[in-house]
Amino acid sequence: MILIVAEMSGGKLSKSTLEMVAAARQIGRAGDVTALVLGSGVAAVAAEVAKYVDQVLVGDMPALAQYGPEVWAAAVAQIAREGEATAILIGGSRSGREYSPRVAVKLDAPLLEDVIAVKDSGGVLTASHYTFLARVTETVETSAKVVVVTVKPGAFAPAAPLASVAEQFDVDLALPESRLKVTGKTTEKSDRVSLTEADIVVSGGRGVGSAEGFETMIVPLADRLGAAVGATRAIVDAGWRPYAEQVGQTGKTVQPKVYIAVGISGAVQHLSGMNKSKVIVAINKDAEAPIFKVADYGIVGDVKVVVPAILDELKK
Amino acid sequence: MRILTLIRQVLDAEESVRVESGAVALGSSKLVMDTMDEYGVEEALRLKEGGAEAEVVAVAVGPARMQDALRTALAMGADRAIHVETDVVLDAIALSKVVAAIAKEEAADLIFSGGQQADWDSHALGAAVAERLGWPQATWTSALELAGTTLTGKHDVDEGSESFSVDLPAVVTTQQGLNEPRYPTLPGIMKAKKKEMRKETLERFGVAPLLIVKGAEIQVKARLGKILDGKKDAQAAAAELVGLLRNEARVIA
Repeated sequence: MILIVAEMSGGKLSKSTLEMVAAARQIGRAGDVTALVLGSGVAAVAAEVAKYVDQVLVGDMPALAQYGPEVWAAAVAQIAREGEATAILIGGSRSGREYSPRVAVKLDAPLLEDVIAVKDSGGVLTASHYTFLARVTETVETSAKVVVVTVKPGAFAPAAPLASVAEQFDVDLALPESRLKVTGKTTEKSDRVSLTEADIVVSGGRGVGSAEGFETMIVPLADRLGAAVGATRAIVDAGWRPYAEQVGQTGKTVQPKVYIAVGISGAVQHLSGMNKSKVIVAINKDAEAPIFKVADYGIVGDVKVVVPAILDELKK
Repeated sequence: MRILTLIRQVLDAEESVRVESGAVALGSSKLVMDTMDEYGVEEALRLKEGGAEAEVVAVAVGPARMQDALRTALAMGADRAIHVETDVVLDAIALSKVVAAIAKEEAADLIFSGGQQADWDSHALGAAVAERLGWPQATWTSALELAGTTLTGKHDVDEGSESFSVDLPAVVTTQQGLNEPRYPTLPGIMKAKKKEMRKETLERFGVAPLLIVKGAEIQVKARLGKILDGKKDAQAAAAELVGLLRNEARVIA
């Protein structure tokens, strides 16, 4: 079987899960596409994912209420062994990237990280992923019988539902105790669409001038467009915006339909987090800023004048 | 206690990447210690300076040039270095076998690994090493303290961050914000020349790559480059931009 580990957010199935289903259907290895749903009180998620796959395995127990890498890795490896999975697909989220290496070690399997394409041909699996701060596309291959794959968010078009709804089975899991004790949680809550799932992202950099400048320019523009808000490392370090909004090497990677960069010069570390966006728009006072080299559309000008002008035009 | 800090040497972020015959050519490019690994060295040194009786050992697996990055770690203040010298390119899961073997031989209590590699963009090494050793891990750690044999700190998770506590031995992977890595001082650089750098061969560990790199290419998406002048008449430029996004790109309503 081809095993995918369902991802959820706020009690709902994530778009990333449907992207993993798409990758699983393309991989070309024999067997049912099986979704594993882990958590506590996850019946709704299990019912939703059942529309997209051949089989659903549900580990719904209080011990899974809190995610932990050791616990998740043990559960996934157990199910992969019992079902003789030939490919295990895990989301390229923080948690997925954190526990997938443990699954690979447990199964003595190679790990293909953040794949954007994956295909089996005669038992040889070939996958592509970005390297060197997303500047290079590398192709790797393995003839291993079992592989663990993390799927880069946004790289695959979400799968469509199947004609029939899959049957669900409860699974018994032998789980270890998590040795990393969680003593507190800071959820960077937002009513906005999530940065990694948004179709439109409006980001600000030093050129917005101040935290107030961000609030009065970037936020209203994002509100008007129904967009997520992003930021550069420089202004996160300056304390203008929370780390959760950081786009780039040490922040989030986004791939929206349109990325609007306001007052962002375009350092390579920032570009690595957004250069796969479908359309890039840049607004910056410096015509020589590197961001214009990757832009489809742009305006050279003072952001304090240009952004209000754009807001005016959007009302028309 | 003994702290291992894993070191990688990567292309300086300001350098451009070149691909020659299907592989990234580092040739004459400027190579530096991965920033994510600098955080690890710095944090190990801070724990030591903060009163933990610790030996800090920098470990690298890779070609001869990697000893430069190890020297940098020694110049920052690491006590000694171990270099497994090989031209074989190991993926993170294979590499973790070598690191785990060294950690056992060295009776390590704490291992620092970079949260993300700036070359292969991999996040996997720290967690894979932890699994092989049967240790817990704290991933993308942005704050850390040690009291006795218990680490407490803060690290990134899916939708925000978590405070944690974990007993040693453990693997910690780094994240931006953990610290500000120091620059090596001249006396530090002089001292580093006398510090031990033990060379090992990969053969001793019996580890082979699990993944074969078949090719690499630089894909530059062709961009339209329609840049408007908004310095004279911002309103007109804004009107044109909104028109293009609505009617040509069709990405906004």
